[in-house]
Amino acid sequence: MKILYFAWLRTKVGIAEETLTLPETVTSLYELIALLKERGGGYEEIFQDLDVVRVAIDQEYVTGDASLEKATEVAFFPPVTGG
Amino acid sequence: MIRVQRESFDTGDEIRRLTENRTDIGAVVSFTGLVRDFNDGATVQSLTLEHYPGMTEKELSKIEEAAREKWDLQDSLIIHRYGKMELAEPIVLVVTASAHRQDAFAAAEFLMDWLKTKAPFWKLEADTSGSSDWVKERQSDKDAADRWQD
Repeated sequence: MKILYFAWLRTKVGIAEETLTLPETVTSLYELIALLKERGGGYEEIFQDLDVVRVAIDQEYVTGDASLEKATEVAFFPPVTGG
Repeated sequence: MIRVQRESFDTGDEIRRLTENRTDIGAVVSFTGLVRDFNDGATVQSLTLEHYPGMTEKELSKIEEAAREKWDLQDSLIIHRYGKMELAEPIVLVVTASAHRQDAFAAAEFLMDWLKTKAPFWKLEADTSGSSDWVKERQSDKDAADRWQD
């Protein structure tokens, strides 16, 4: 699975993307977030307050927890500020 | 039509191209967003826009489709740039064309309001001292977008 980070989330974790093989126990978004948080450092920091993190699974916005069973790409980013 | 591009654009040229040889358009409304030199009291030197290639195009197409469903438009165009931009350069363009002005005015405002809260772009502002900061979302933008929920 591809994981993407944008804007200040990207600068905090230090990478724009990574490919991850999920352990069998991780099947939902919140489980993935918990797994990433365990790494500590920037990862722990970006997921401290989920209110300021937006999530897209396969380029579609999701709110709250979601299944990752068919997901190939998960993106984490701050609220958008274009326009 | 939507376009996501690094290069600058000319609003006049874009409108001309959109309306050329068309006799069904009675009204054209455009909005051009420019890089200004201040934000929340800080002096801005330049702007860099990051985006999510792929999802950006999908979201802009969805927003355009929603506008075409709500209003009677003969044509529409959204251009949004990414990358580094200097002061006074254009960032975003929305053009709506309709038979009568009401639909073009309303649709243009809707497109900008929705784009601001949905299209995955992030602004990084550099100030005159050389330091840079990510722009924070505005409550007023969220409120503006919420007006269009039925």
